[in-house]
Amino acid sequence: MRQVYGWLLLTPAAILLIAFTHYPTVATLWHSFFSQGTAMRPAAYVGLENYLYMLDDEIFWKVVRNNALYAAGTIPASIAIALLMAVWVNGKLPLRGLARMAYFTPTILPMIAVANIWLFFYTPEIGLLDQFMRLFGLPSHNWLGDPDTVLWCIVVLAIWKEAGFFMIFFLAALQSLPPELEEAGRLEGAGRWYYFRRVTFPLLMPTTLFVLINATINSFKLVDQLFILTKGGPDNASSLLLYYIYEVAFSFLDEAYAATLTVALLATLAIIAIGQFFIMDKRIHYR
Amino acid sequence: MYRKLKQTIAAAALAGAFAFTAPAAAVELTMYYPVAVGGSLTKVVDGLVADFMKENPDIKVKAIYAGNYNDARIKALAALKSGEPAQLSVMFSIDIYELIEQDAIVAFDDIVKTDEEKTWLNSFYPALMENGKTGGKTWGIPFQRSTIVMYYNKDAFREAGLDPNKPPATWDELVSAGKKLNKGTAGQMDRWGMMIPSTGYPYWMFGALAMQNDQVLMNSAGNETNFDAPATIEALQFWRDLGEKHKVMPSGTIEWGTLRQNFLEGKTAIMWHSTGNLTTVKKNAKFDFGVAMLPAGKRRGTPTGGGNFYIFKKSSPEEQAASMKLIRFLTQPGRTAEWSIKTGYLGTRPDAYETDALKKYVVEFPPAAVARDQLEFATAELSTYQTGRVRKLLDDAIQSVLTGAKTPAEALGSAQSQADKVLKRYR
Amino acid sequence: MIAGRHSGFAWRLEIGAAWLLAVLWLAPLLYAFWAAFHPPEYATRFDLLAPLTLENFREAWSQAPFARYFLNTFMLVSSILLAQFVLCTLAAYAFVRFEFRGRDIAFALVLVQLMIMPEILIVENYRTMSRIGAVDTILGIGLPYMASAFGIFLLRQTFKTIPRELEDAARIEGCNIMQVLWKVYVPLARPTYVAYGLVSVSYHWNNFLWPLIITNSVETRPLTVGLAIFGAPESGVDWSIITAGTLLAVAPLLLAFLLFQRQFVQSFMHAGIK
Repeated sequence: MRQVYGWLLLTPAAILLIAFTHYPTVATLWHSFFSQGTAMRPAAYVGLENYLYMLDDEIFWKVVRNNALYAAGTIPASIAIALLMAVWVNGKLPLRGLARMAYFTPTILPMIAVANIWLFFYTPEIGLLDQFMRLFGLPSHNWLGDPDTVLWCIVVLAIWKEAGFFMIFFLAALQSLPPELEEAGRLEGAGRWYYFRRVTFPLLMPTTLFVLINATINSFKLVDQLFILTKGGPDNASSLLLYYIYEVAFSFLDEAYAATLTVALLATLAIIAIGQFFIMDKRIHYR
Repeated sequence: MYRKLKQTIAAAALAGAFAFTAPAAAVELTMYYPVAVGGSLTKVVDGLVADFMKENPDIKVKAIYAGNYNDARIKALAALKSGEPAQLSVMFSIDIYELIEQDAIVAFDDIVKTDEEKTWLNSFYPALMENGKTGGKTWGIPFQRSTIVMYYNKDAFREAGLDPNKPPATWDELVSAGKKLNKGTAGQMDRWGMMIPSTGYPYWMFGALAMQNDQVLMNSAGNETNFDAPATIEALQFWRDLGEKHKVMPSGTIEWGTLRQNFLEGKTAIMWHSTGNLTTVKKNAKFDFGVAMLPAGKRRGTPTGGGNFYIFKKSSPEEQAASMKLIRFLTQPGRTAEWSIKTGYLGTRPDAYETDALKKYVVEFPPAAVARDQLEFATAELSTYQTGRVRKLLDDAIQSVLTGAKTPAEALGSAQSQADKVLKRYR
Repeated sequence: MIAGRHSGFAWRLEIGAAWLLAVLWLAPLLYAFWAAFHPPEYATRFDLLAPLTLENFREAWSQAPFARYFLNTFMLVSSILLAQFVLCTLAAYAFVRFEFRGRDIAFALVLVQLMIMPEILIVENYRTMSRIGAVDTILGIGLPYMASAFGIFLLRQTFKTIPRELEDAARIEGCNIMQVLWKVYVPLARPTYVAYGLVSVSYHWNNFLWPLIITNSVETRPLTVGLAIFGAPESGVDWSIITAGTLLAVAPLLLAFLLFQRQFVQSFMHAGIK
C-alpha cells in the first residue's frame, strides 16, 4: 500500500520532470541525427552529418572557447568576491546592514534590465567608463566594439550580478560557525589572515563546493545580457554556447543543428557533473 | 461541496463552449509588426489600425508589436506553426525567400482580382518592390521602408570651416571633410568626423558602400552572393580605412543603438543611419542638422530597407480579402504620407508626395525628401535563401575586418565559400 | 601596540575597500535613478543642478503596456509558485516517508534537473509546447519549472529533520496520510516554504530567455520580455526612458526587498544552508 502511495505522491512531479527534462534530453539526441525539415524538404536521417558540420564550424569552436573563458573569468572571481563580502558583512563593518543590501541588490534585479544600464557604462565617448577615464586623462576605449575587451565586459557584468547571491551562502555558513572557535584562535595569537586560511576556509569547504556548482551551471546558463549588450558580436567575440543555440534555433530556424549543439552542451554538463561527483566522493572519504 | 464544484465546472464548460461556437460576427485579423528605430511608432500603428476599424466595423484587427525584425518573423512563424491565428504581418522585406521556403505566404498576384487592385499593385516605387518580388511574382507590399541617409551636424560643419549646405558628395570629399571635422587628440576625441554603425545591421550599411562601388551583393533569385567580388572587397577596405587609415571614425565596431545618442550629443559630426530615425533626430537635436544622400564612390547608392506586408497562406478567402482591405487602407497615399511625416520612413509611392500634407511638410522640412530622391540610386537589400545565416556570414566578416582580425579579402573569401555551401542546394 | 596600530590602519583600509565595493555594486541602480528622474539631456551628464522630472515615467508608461506586463508577471510567478509548492511537497513527502521500489533511482533522476535546467533544453521544450498548443500561454512559460528538483530537494531535507514521533502521534489521533502531511509536515516546514518561495519569485520575476521564446503577444509577455523589447538597442537607446521603464519593472520586488531586507536575506540563507 505504501508502495502505491509513494508513487502516487510522486506522479505529478514525475510527469512534468519527464516531460520537460528527461524526454527532451533524449529527443535532443534523437533529432541531432536528422536534417532540418522545411515545407519543401522534410527532415531525413543524416547520421553524423550534423556533428561533422559542428566540428567544422568555426563559430562553434569560437563560442566554446568564449564559454570556457567566461567560466574561467566568472567562477573564481565571483566566489572570491562573494567570500570577501561575506567576511566583511559578518564582521564589524560600520553600517554593515547597508553594505549587505548593496551587495545583494543585483540579485533581485533582472539581468535584461540592468544590461541596458551597463550599456551606458560601456558605451564609448558618452559612456560612464569613458567619462571616468577622461577625468584621468586616459584614452577613450570602444569597450564593446573591441574583440579583446568585449568578453571581459560581459564577465564583469556577470560577476556583479552573481557575487551578492553567493555571498549569502557564505554568510549563512559563517554565522553557523561556533564563535568560541574565533576566540580560541585569537587567544593563540593567530593573525586574521592566518586564522581565515587555516580555520575558517576549510570549514567553509562544503559551502564553497555548493557555490562552485552553482557558479559553474550559471556560466553556461546566464546569457541574457548578450541580447542587449552585444548580440554575441563583434564577430562572435562575445557569443556563448547557449546564445549560439538560441540563434541557430530561433534565428536561422535550424532546429536540427541546434539540437546537435545542445548535445554538446549536455555532454559538457555531464562531464562536469561526473567530475563533481568524484570531488564530493573524495571529500566524504576524507571525512 | 462537491455539488457546488460540479456546478461551477459545468458552468465554466458551458461558457467555454459558447465562446468557441459563438458565430463570428466579424472577420478578425491578427497582424504582427516590428519596430527597429526609435520613437513611439507603436502608437502610430495603433492609431492607423484604429482608424481602419472605424471605417470597417466588420473587421477587427489585432496588431501585435513583436520587437525587432527578427523577433517579428520568429513570432509570426511560431504562431502559424502552433495554429494560432495570424493572417498578415509586417516583416523584414528580406525574409521573402525564407517565407517562401516555409510555404507560409501567398503571392499578391494570386489575390488581386479587379483591375483597380492590379493598378494598385503597380503604384509603388519600383526600387521598393525589388525586395518583394521573385520568380515573377509579388510577395511583399512596401510599408515601413527606408534607405540609409547621411545625417550631419551643420554647426560642426560651420565650426570646421565647411559649407553647411554642401555635404560631402563623394568618398574623397567625405574623407577630407571628416578630417576637418575631427576635434581633439588621438585617443581623446571630443568629436569624430563620422560614424557608420557596424552592429545590428552591418550588412545593410555595407550594402550601401558596395553599391557605391558599383557592386550588388546577390542575384535576384536569392541563391548566389558576390561577397568575394573585387569591388566588394574594395568597398570593405574603404570602410576599414575610414577608421584605420584616415582616422575619421573610431576603430572597432560602432553600436547601432547608441549611435543616434552619440550624434545628438555632438560626439560625431556625421552619421549614416536609417531614414526611420529622422523624426526622432528632428525632435531631439539641439543643433542645426542636415540630411543628405550618401556620397558616391563610382556612383551613388544605398540599399532600401525595412518591412513589407505579407499575407499568410493559412487564412480563409474572407480573411485574405479583409487583409487586402487593411493593406490597401494603410498604403493609401494619404496614410502613407501621414506615416512618413510621423516617422521619417519613406512615402512608398510617388502620389504620396503629391498629397498636400507631405508637400507642405517637405517644403518646411526639406530633409524629408532626401530618402525619396535617393531611391533613384537604390538597390535591393541583401536577401537570399537561408537569409539569417547568410546575413550573419557577411556581418561576421565585416566585423572581423573592422576589428582588425582579418583582411577584407580573407574575411569575404571565407564568407563567400561558406555562403556557397549554404546556398548550393537552392541553385 | 605597534601591531595593534598597524592592524588599525589595515582595518581602515578594509573598511574603505568594503565600502568602495558597495558603492560599485549599487552604481547601476543609482544611475538608473539619476537618468530616470532627470530630463533626457542629463542622461549622460551629471550636474547637481539638473532639474527633476517625472516625465520619463509618464513617457515609458505610455509607450508600453506595462500594466498588462505586470499582470502577466504576477500571474506567471504566482501560478509557478503554487504549483511548485504542491508538486514539490508531495514528491518530497514521498521520498521521505514512503519506502517504494525504485525510490533511489527516482530521486537521482529528479536531481538530474539540478544540472540540466530547463534553459538548456529550450529547443526541444519549444517543440513540445507547440505540439500541446501551449505556445504563447502563461501556462507554457511556467510548465517546465513547476516540478523543481531544487524545491523537492530542499523540502526533502527539511522533512527529514521532522521527528517521526510527531507523525505517529498524529496517526494515533486518526489522521490519514494527507492529513499528516497537511497538519504535521507543512506547518513545521514553514521557514523553508518562505525561503524557497522568495527564491522562486525573484527567479521567475527576472527570468528572460524561455519567456522570450515561448511568448508572442502582449497578453502573455512578462515584464522582462516586455522590457527587452521596449528597450531594445535596435530602436535607438534612450536611457532616460529605458531606466524609467526599468525602475517601474523592478519596483515591486525592490520595494519588497528594501522593506523586508532582513527576512529576505535570512530566507535566502535558510534556503542555502540546507
